[in-house]
Amino acid sequence: MITTDICIIGAGPVGLFAVFEAGLLKMRCHLIDALPQVGGQLSEIYPQKPIYDIPGFPDVKAQELVDNLMEQINPFHPTFTLGERVENLERQADGSFFITTNEQTVVHCQVVVIAGGLGCFEPRKPEIEGLEAFEGKGVSYMIKNPELLRDRRVVLAGGGDSALDWTVFLANIAKEVTLIHRSDSFRGAPDSAEKVFELASEGRINLILQSNITRVSGNGHLQEITITGKDKTVTTRATDHLIPLFGLTPKLGPIADWGLQIDKSAIQVDTTDYATNVERIYAIGDINTYPGKLKLILCGFHEAALMCQSAFKYVYPSQKLSFKYTTVNGIPTF
Amino acid sequence: MIHFTIEDQNGGQQPIEIPEGISLSLMEVLKASEYPILATCGGMALCATCHVAVLEGAARLPPVNDAEGDLLDTLPDADSDSRLACQLRVDESLDGAVFRLRAA
Repeated sequence: MITTDICIIGAGPVGLFAVFEAGLLKMRCHLIDALPQVGGQLSEIYPQKPIYDIPGFPDVKAQELVDNLMEQINPFHPTFTLGERVENLERQADGSFFITTNEQTVVHCQVVVIAGGLGCFEPRKPEIEGLEAFEGKGVSYMIKNPELLRDRRVVLAGGGDSALDWTVFLANIAKEVTLIHRSDSFRGAPDSAEKVFELASEGRINLILQSNITRVSGNGHLQEITITGKDKTVTTRATDHLIPLFGLTPKLGPIADWGLQIDKSAIQVDTTDYATNVERIYAIGDINTYPGKLKLILCGFHEAALMCQSAFKYVYPSQKLSFKYTTVNGIPTF
Repeated sequence: MIHFTIEDQNGGQQPIEIPEGISLSLMEVLKASEYPILATCGGMALCATCHVAVLEGAARLPPVNDAEGDLLDTLPDADSDSRLACQLRVDESLDGAVFRLRAA
């Protein structure tokens, strides 16, 4: 078990800077992020894009800003759990929390700070009758171990790069591969699309275009899918696996069930200290909302500073907080 | 003035009037008009919560860019008339168009 003062959910720029502001007040931080690296959107989505509205930086590449933040918080020795998603929050009698991830990592903390940005990226699920009943029983939304599909009948659905790439890859592994796409063309990755059409013409995969899966059925485990064409023809196909690959979409995830006030996928906070309606839980950065909210990194930095001033009373209940400038006191490392 | 029409999820149509020269995307106009769209990603063509169908005027719109096309390709429910409102600038090309909200 990991013990810390503040557990920060989300290791994007705002979560990282919160470590600095907390550190100035001698509060230790542990960060959890669903992505395998720190930086959030900046590292994952646009690492090479320049950002122009960070005070003091006429322009800075997104990844460079993340690297600088990591250097800035290094004196405070933050610890990280990366590639895991926060699942459960349990309040103790003394007000502190136990946080558990999907990999069963447990963090004990006095304060929870949600700096989750857009949320977790989760697979986008198509609307197919009966689909959820077969999740884990033949239906999955990502391929973690392709060996599990060896000599099996596999249906893939989707038209993006990952649907194309997996179709090509699985053609050599699975017993039978079928790709179903709603359109008759693929926009992305012309090389992969060409390869898919080639495999189809050689009879090594089944390519079903202008069609959608409309129903799944089985007996405890997936057995059959129903395919409806744009021309309304309905066919069925026996299969062992169905893997819909429709990309990822940001979702709040389990945080949505923590009793927080939520408005349009954002967490409502009090602008005095960015506290949520649940004591000892704060929300900062793009994931919060309040009148006048701007989704800017610099606003998240400001929110982090005010949040820490407020969180101090839970970490050091018997101490009086005195405000100090770094120019006067330097950085009190620990 | 630029005039276009929004059809909401219930089929009701509402005319929208926007002055020329305003630097807004259609997504931003929809949000400002309090349509129930999330626009989670803030205009980066990532979340598709501003997915619209172009019922009229599709030919005059600028072509689908790479980021938009990549995302539309991955959507389970996109059609040939699908666009992402966040990638459409509000300018003369939208004049006379009719958009239906697709995202929940």
